[in-house]
Amino acid sequence: MFIEARHLNKHFDGYEAVKDVTFGVEQGKMAALLGPSGSGKTTILRMIAGLEQQDSGDILIHDRNVNDVPAGKRGIGFVFQNYALFRYMNVYDNIAFGLKVQKKSRSEIRARVTELIELIGLKGLEKRYPNQLSGGQRQRVAFARAIAPDPGLLLLDEPFAAIDAKVRKELRVWLKDMIVQVGITSIFVTHDQEEALEVADDIIILNEGRIEQMGSPMDIYLHPRTPFVAQFAGNSCVVDSLPGFRGFPNLPKGQKILIRPEFVDAFKKDNSQMQPFADRAEDGVITGISFRGNSLEVRLEVHGIPLLTSRSLERREIRLGEHMNVFLHRVYCIEEEHTQVVENELLKDISME
Amino acid sequence: MKPEDEYGMKPKKSGKTTRPSAVQIALILIGVLFFALMLVWPLIEVLYRALKDGWELYWSAVTAENTLSALRVTLLAAVIALLVNTFFALAASWLMTKFDFRGKSLLTTLIDIPFSVSPVIAGLAFIMMFGRNGLATPVVNWINDTFGTDISLVFSIPGVVLATIFVTFPYVLRELLPAMNLQGRAEEEAAAMLGAGGLTIFRRVTLSHIKWPLIYGMVLCAARAFGEFGAVYAVSKARGKTFTLPLEVDALYMSGGAEAITQAFAVSSILVLLALIMLILKNIAEWRAGKSEEQEKA
Repeated sequence: MFIEARHLNKHFDGYEAVKDVTFGVEQGKMAALLGPSGSGKTTILRMIAGLEQQDSGDILIHDRNVNDVPAGKRGIGFVFQNYALFRYMNVYDNIAFGLKVQKKSRSEIRARVTELIELIGLKGLEKRYPNQLSGGQRQRVAFARAIAPDPGLLLLDEPFAAIDAKVRKELRVWLKDMIVQVGITSIFVTHDQEEALEVADDIIILNEGRIEQMGSPMDIYLHPRTPFVAQFAGNSCVVDSLPGFRGFPNLPKGQKILIRPEFVDAFKKDNSQMQPFADRAEDGVITGISFRGNSLEVRLEVHGIPLLTSRSLERREIRLGEHMNVFLHRVYCIEEEHTQVVENELLKDISME
Repeated sequence: MKPEDEYGMKPKKSGKTTRPSAVQIALILIGVLFFALMLVWPLIEVLYRALKDGWELYWSAVTAENTLSALRVTLLAAVIALLVNTFFALAASWLMTKFDFRGKSLLTTLIDIPFSVSPVIAGLAFIMMFGRNGLATPVVNWINDTFGTDISLVFSIPGVVLATIFVTFPYVLRELLPAMNLQGRAEEEAAAMLGAGGLTIFRRVTLSHIKWPLIYGMVLCAARAFGEFGAVYAVSKARGKTFTLPLEVDALYMSGGAEAITQAFAVSSILVLLALIMLILKNIAEWRAGKSEEQEKA
């Protein structure tokens, strides 16, 4: 492990912000601390950086305990939520700051800063001040400034929060590419599950100061271990039971049932290709259709239960109130501390045919 | 400045100005009249009275022994007060905006005491504290005995300096606090992450944000120190030794002779000159502070 947090605890004015958090990130990996606001993710990041002191617990970088090492000596680069660029310094001086503090020679600084400005694609803007840059450009400068002294670890606090949606996706890809190219171990904080699933190698999901689950994005999405994770990662419907649905005879009682949109297949009554499913499908009514750009989001009601699914624009047109065949492939059953996948038993019959 | 910047856009000035209404004209007239009557006229009056008996008398009044002594005391008190209060204001505003601690709001309130307490009362309080039967007198005596010094805080120059410091205490800080609050802590944290120490952070990051508000506060502080009367009056009784310019003016004026009044105005003109210099400096600082605040917002 390159960076390790062991049993971190932190409280502010009577409430526990971080409770017994333990995790590690391997060299060269990019990890996401994902959670809703107030889940303690930024506090954890700031403790690793040394900007906040933990009440108890240890932080190790390269197997060295850095509890008593001040922020500036931990070898960490930090990208702040609103970038915190030095307003009275131009792009060049912003990026050069860390190198000047290290008392590097003038020529060394010039070479490194020039290299970084080229890397982030802002050549020619060296003399601009932060208020003359767009949000995306500021983000790039903040990144370059953080990695200029060649830190071993890069921390990013909500790196995309201050950027409008259009540029965000583009910048997300850019930043991921940069981090891979530089090969730096990094941890970023986000409340956006889509962002975490797309960018991170590892995701650490936090809720009320505790770790709910850690793992790869795929693992977390397919095998959520707690109800919180199941609901937080992925758009889902949650119901108490599935009355009238064939194929789920052995559902445990008294548990929440969670249905992801991709578990739901809805097709027209006269669809011949779906014949094997049609005989085993339930009858549903379309209660809502919303355009989602590359697909339609369709809300259905089946035996009084609301379901959500998406529909390709290539398929035939559907209308509000239309009756559809609805087939449910599987559901998640949520116990106190455990989530179990329950497959539709009728699927066996279909594959036999 | 890019047009899409949230605060970057300036309102467009329309080419035509509408004709002022009667109400507007009346308001402008009242404003100008008030300004002339309350501010300009008295100043002209001072200069007129000072010079009306000729340059010779003016010059002899300005270069009189007592006047020069008063000028020295005034400048000394102002410079020391300025240095002490600027240092204190920097330390206190740094503490109050970059850190959280218990009793912060109480401290903020306490700092304003010199604004709300009459200077004369402050001066009298100093006499009570350091006078013959004062509570703090044993401390001063102990210091004098131990270090072989001869400090006396009442009816002496150190007392004048102390009173001036007290009265001008909040001026720099009051200007610094909003500027530092506006700036927040993020840039300091960013500098700390890059390995900068406290002094480097202050010099290279914080100072550039507060430079003009700081100078503005210092000008206000100096101007107030030059003009202070009440508090100094209470602790300074020796003309020609511990008198400041305002006290000297008062003493000349009160002495009654026709010549003395002209002399009083002549000495006043020095204060007017100092005030004008401060006013110009203040306006430069204000203008620059306004400009950098624009930059803060963008």
